[in-house]
Amino acid sequence: MYATHLSLHDFRSYAGAEIELEPGITVFVGPNGHGKTNLVEAIDYVATLGSHRVASDTPLVRQGAGRAVVRVEAVRDERRALAEIEINPGGANRARLNKSPLRRTREILGLVRTVLFSPEDLALVKGDPAGRRRFLDDMLVARAPRYAGVRQDYDRVLKQRNTLLKTAGAARKAGEGSGGLRTLEVWDDHLARTGAELLAARLELVNTLRPHVAKAYERVAKPHAGNPREPGAAQIAYQSSFELPEEPGDREVLTAALLAEVAARRDDELARGVSLVGPHRDDLVLSLGPLPAKGYASHGEAWSLALALRLACFDLMRAEGDDPVLILDDVFAELDVDRRARLAESVAGAEQVLVTAAVPADVPEVLAGARFDVANGEVRRVLRP
Amino acid sequence: MYEGIVQDLIDELGRLPGVGPKSAQRIAFHLLAADPADVKRLADVLVEVKQKVRFCQTCGNVAEDDQCRICRDPGRDPTVLCVVEESKDVVAVERTREFRGRYHVLGGAISPIEGIGPDDLRIRELMQRLADGTVTEAILATDPNLEGEATATYLTRLLKPMGLRITRLASGLPVGGDLEYADEVTLGRAFEGRRAVDD
Repeated sequence: MYATHLSLHDFRSYAGAEIELEPGITVFVGPNGHGKTNLVEAIDYVATLGSHRVASDTPLVRQGAGRAVVRVEAVRDERRALAEIEINPGGANRARLNKSPLRRTREILGLVRTVLFSPEDLALVKGDPAGRRRFLDDMLVARAPRYAGVRQDYDRVLKQRNTLLKTAGAARKAGEGSGGLRTLEVWDDHLARTGAELLAARLELVNTLRPHVAKAYERVAKPHAGNPREPGAAQIAYQSSFELPEEPGDREVLTAALLAEVAARRDDELARGVSLVGPHRDDLVLSLGPLPAKGYASHGEAWSLALALRLACFDLMRAEGDDPVLILDDVFAELDVDRRARLAESVAGAEQVLVTAAVPADVPEVLAGARFDVANGEVRRVLRP
Repeated sequence: MYEGIVQDLIDELGRLPGVGPKSAQRIAFHLLAADPADVKRLADVLVEVKQKVRFCQTCGNVAEDDQCRICRDPGRDPTVLCVVEESKDVVAVERTREFRGRYHVLGGAISPIEGIGPDDLRIRELMQRLADGTVTEAILATDPNLEGEATATYLTRLLKPMGLRITRLASGLPVGGDLEYADEVTLGRAFEGRRAVDD
């Protein structure tokens, strides 16, 4: 699929912008702070209903404006569709598909698909487990939008249960009755059921993604003149907060195992006032050869691995018959010449690639394509002679 | 900010559910411009409703007496009890004219975040009502959201040992709707709750 038109109103630095896009490669060039990333961020927002830069919607709306509107027209299987999102910080966002309003914003998910590379990706390797969990869950939603609901339900169960654990734990310490304990079992039930659904999906995803990550890493980190050493093999493994049953694919079995584990940790959970078992405590372990990437990988290796994770998502979506829009946001400036070239080779064949760069020379030759100059919030198509 | 009492009115209106600051302001100015007699009637109803309306001692529904209209009606089937979260749910079920049993209003759903536990709901009253064995079926008609489901799960665990039939409202496709427009969660549930057509 590819986007043919992007229209922004009061989004970030743009009061208004209309940009015609084409399949193939498009590069946005301009000085830092002039609004390149805002353009690709908008497209990614329509695909994921979130920003890769901020957790809340408030910064997405132009200063002084009450709401922002993003419209993306996309072509998929030769069909045109117009996705439209109105961002209302403090209120509910609204989505429209081909001009007709949708009951829930999240029904727009799946219409536009993206895989986004950004400087923040390095945190996938070097940062906290939360970032890696988000990586997995975002990918789940991209493959099957239904998981947006599962994820939301799980977060809500967790919030309710943690609140209960805090009050029940405090009451127990004070030697008062166990009123809260009676309802705890109900929340155990819901935690186990929703948790098992999320967990089963993540396990399946990690298994499917594994060969793609290994191959992508080989491609990005293969030996070259500057470093002739053979790279170790990249491995990903799911680390659960409890011992998984032998057949973790079966949701019933997984639910029962989670329930048993929750019961076993009851005292601990009450004492600490938080849920200690479940997919919210899990991690995606990345390793290179025999060593874990975190703490052992060099800066360059960490970058290669982060790129491999994103490339693996791209390859998987492609293998499943849906070419996503590839977005490379300011990544070339972070990479050395060799990695730049390898990444460019890997993505050049995508149906649509959107690149942002401050310096045109950072973008490898392979990715020459349509070019826009972005300066002072103006986006101008550069016509080549 | 407006002067004194006008701002007070806006603040009070803004406390109502579903009324934001802008709506509160609009309503306030509507009231200021309205006929004094109309406003007086509204004020009287507000005062009266708080004085007169009580909650039915049996089921917890809104009532003007000790007992609500439904609990007083001898024609209602005493063996089936429909458990709902709020009085407005009673009205919703009544509108169907399908249900001839009686109700029990819990007064909310279990939600630790809002500080609502089983002791804050009329669950003890429910147990007392069920104790004499007249009721043979309890229909759990709490909302089909997380808190409603949790409340239903809790009640199921509590009531099961009493040996009565416990049912839960079906959730699924809206009547008159199109399959293609149903969201995935609803459609998924409808699949789970499917039934054979030959019995």
